[in-house]
Amino acid sequence: MVQDVIINGMIFGSIYALLAIGFSLIFGVARVVNIAHTALYMMAAYFIYIGFQYLGMSLPYAILLSIALTTVAGLICYQLFIKPIREHEAAVLIATIALAMVIQEIFLWAFRGHYLGVPPVASGYLTVVGVKVAMQHVLALAVAVLALLATWVFLLKTRIGLGIRCTAQDREVANLMGINVNREIMMALGVSVALAAIAGAIVAPLSVIDPHMWMHPLIMMLAIVVLGGLGSIKGSFIASYILGFTEAVVIFALPMGAFLKVSIALSIMILVLVIRPEGLFGVAFEEER
Amino acid sequence: MGFVWFYVRKGFTLFKSEVVVLPSRVAVLLFVLALLLAPLYTQDPYILRILIFTCVFAIFAASWDLLSGFTGQINFGHALFFGVAAYTSGLINVHAKIPHIFTIPLGALAAVLTGLIIGIPCLRLKGTYLALTTLAFPIILMGLVFAIPDVTGGELGVSGLDRLSSSRVRDYYISAILMLVLTFVMWKITDSKTGIILHAIREDELAVRAAGINTTRYKLLAFCLSGFFAGIAGGLYAHIMRTVGPSTLEVGMSFQVIIWSVFGGIVSIYGPVAGVFILFPLAELLRILPEARMLVFAFLVLLTLIFMPEGLIPWIRDKIEKECPRCKVRSVATRKTCRVCTASLD
Repeated sequence: MVQDVIINGMIFGSIYALLAIGFSLIFGVARVVNIAHTALYMMAAYFIYIGFQYLGMSLPYAILLSIALTTVAGLICYQLFIKPIREHEAAVLIATIALAMVIQEIFLWAFRGHYLGVPPVASGYLTVVGVKVAMQHVLALAVAVLALLATWVFLLKTRIGLGIRCTAQDREVANLMGINVNREIMMALGVSVALAAIAGAIVAPLSVIDPHMWMHPLIMMLAIVVLGGLGSIKGSFIASYILGFTEAVVIFALPMGAFLKVSIALSIMILVLVIRPEGLFGVAFEEER
Repeated sequence: MGFVWFYVRKGFTLFKSEVVVLPSRVAVLLFVLALLLAPLYTQDPYILRILIFTCVFAIFAASWDLLSGFTGQINFGHALFFGVAAYTSGLINVHAKIPHIFTIPLGALAAVLTGLIIGIPCLRLKGTYLALTTLAFPIILMGLVFAIPDVTGGELGVSGLDRLSSSRVRDYYISAILMLVLTFVMWKITDSKTGIILHAIREDELAVRAAGINTTRYKLLAFCLSGFFAGIAGGLYAHIMRTVGPSTLEVGMSFQVIIWSVFGGIVSIYGPVAGVFILFPLAELLRILPEARMLVFAFLVLLTLIFMPEGLIPWIRDKIEKECPRCKVRSVATRKTCRVCTASLD
C-alpha cells in the first residue's frame, strides 16, 4: 500500500503540477482566470484517442500531434473569445466557463459520453528496490518531470522567459521597457496550453476518457493554485505534490476515500489559507486600485 | 376623503412623470403585470413549471449579485447556500414533519449561519483568492453528503417532501410573488445607506476603511444577506422538486448562476433577474434539439459577451436611455435635452 501511495502521489502530483503551473503562468501574465484550462487538457486526451482510433496513427505520433493541435486550438480560442473582452474581468470569467462548456458539449455530442480508453505506450514492469512499478507509470513520471524541467529552463534561462516574467510582474512597466506585451501573453498562453496538453497526454493511457473528466482536475488545480499562492510557480509546484499525495493517501487509507478525497484536499487548502491568506508562497500583490 | 384624493392624485402624477417617461420603468411595470397575469393566459402545467423554476432561480441569481456584483466579493460557490438551505428544509420536513412555511425560513437561517461560518475565514482573502476558495465549500459539503448516506441519502438525496401548495397555479403565485417581493427588497437594500457602503467596498475597500467604516462587518453582512435570499430560493426549490439531491451543490449550479448574472448584467439586481428570465426558458426551448442544447446555449452566451461585455440589460438600457451629464437623471434617448434640468444631453 505504501508504494501505491508513493507512486500515485507522484503521478497525481506531477499532473497537477503541469496543470497548475500552466494556469499560474497565464493568470500571472494576462490576469485571466482560465476555467477552460482543464477543458483543453481533456481536448488533448480526446485528440489522442481520435488520432489513434480513427486515423490509425501510432500512439507517440498521435500524442505529439494532439499536443500541437491543442495548443493551436487554445491560441485560437483566446484570440476569438477572450482577447476582445480582456478589460472586463467578470466577462472573461464567464467566457472561459462558457468555453469549457462548449468544449465539453462538443465531445459529449461527438462521443456520447462513453468511457473511452487508450492502450498504454509502454508495457511490462520495472523493479525498483524490490517493488514492481508498471513501465507506464515510470514513463508518465519521466515525461512529467522532463516537461516541468523544460518549463523551468524556459522561464528562467531564456530571453522569452524573462519577458514573460517581466510581464507577469508589472504589465505596464514591461510595456514601457519595450516588451511586446501581447506577444508575451501569446507565448505564455502557448506554453500554458502545451503543458495542459502534455498532462492530458499523460492521463489518457492511465485512466478513462469521458466528457466530464475536466471537472475534478479543475477543482484540484484551482485549490493548488490558491494554496501555493496565485501567480507563484514555485508555490504551485510544491502545492501540487502536497495535494497529490493527500489525495493518494486518502484514497488508499480511508474507508470512504473516493468520496472524501476532494473534500479533504480542499479542507487542507482552507486551513492553510486561514493561517496564511496569501497562500504558501504568495507574492503579496500591491493593492491594485 | 380629501386626503385619499390627494394621495391618489399624487400617485398618478408620480406615475405619469416618473414611470411613463422612462422605457426601462415601463418595461419593469409590464413585466410585473405579465408575470402576475400569466396564469390567466395559460394554465399549461409544463409552462407554469418552467416559470416557477425561473422565479426561484431569479431570486438565487439576484442574491449572487447582491454579494458578488454589489459588494464585489466574487463567490464561485454560491450553490453552497442553495444546497444547505435545500437540504435543511428537506431533512427537517421529512424527519420532523414541520410544515414548509417554517422549513423554508429555517433553511434560509441555516444558509445565513453558513454564510457566517464561511465568511469568517474567507474575508481575510481578496479578489481571485476569495473566488477560488469559495468554490471549495460546496464541494467539501458534497463529499460529506456522499460519505454519510444514512443521513443525507447519498446520491439519491432526501425525497418525499411536502408539496408547496395544493395546485400548480398556487405554487406559481407563491414563487412569483416571493420573487417580486424579495428582489424588490434586495434592490431596496442596494439603494439604502448600507447598500452604498457595500458598493463603496467594491469600488475601493481601502478608502472605505480609511473613512472609519468596519468593512469586515459589512462584508460579513453581505454574506449573510446573500445567504438568506439564496437560502429562501433553495428551500422553495426543495419543496417544488419535493426531493433534494447532491445536484443542488454541484459546481455546475454555482457556474450557472454566474452565467445568468453576468449575461444579464451585474451590479443591478434586475440584470440577473432578466438574465434568468431570458436564459432559463431559452435552455428549455432548446430541448427541441437535445443533442446540441448546451452547445448552442454556451455559444450564445459567448457571442453575447463579445458584443456586450457589460451584460445584456445595461447594454440595452444605454441604447434606449441617456444619463444627463449635469444632474445624472436618466431620460429617453430620443430627447435632446434632460427631462429635469433641460441641459443638453450630448
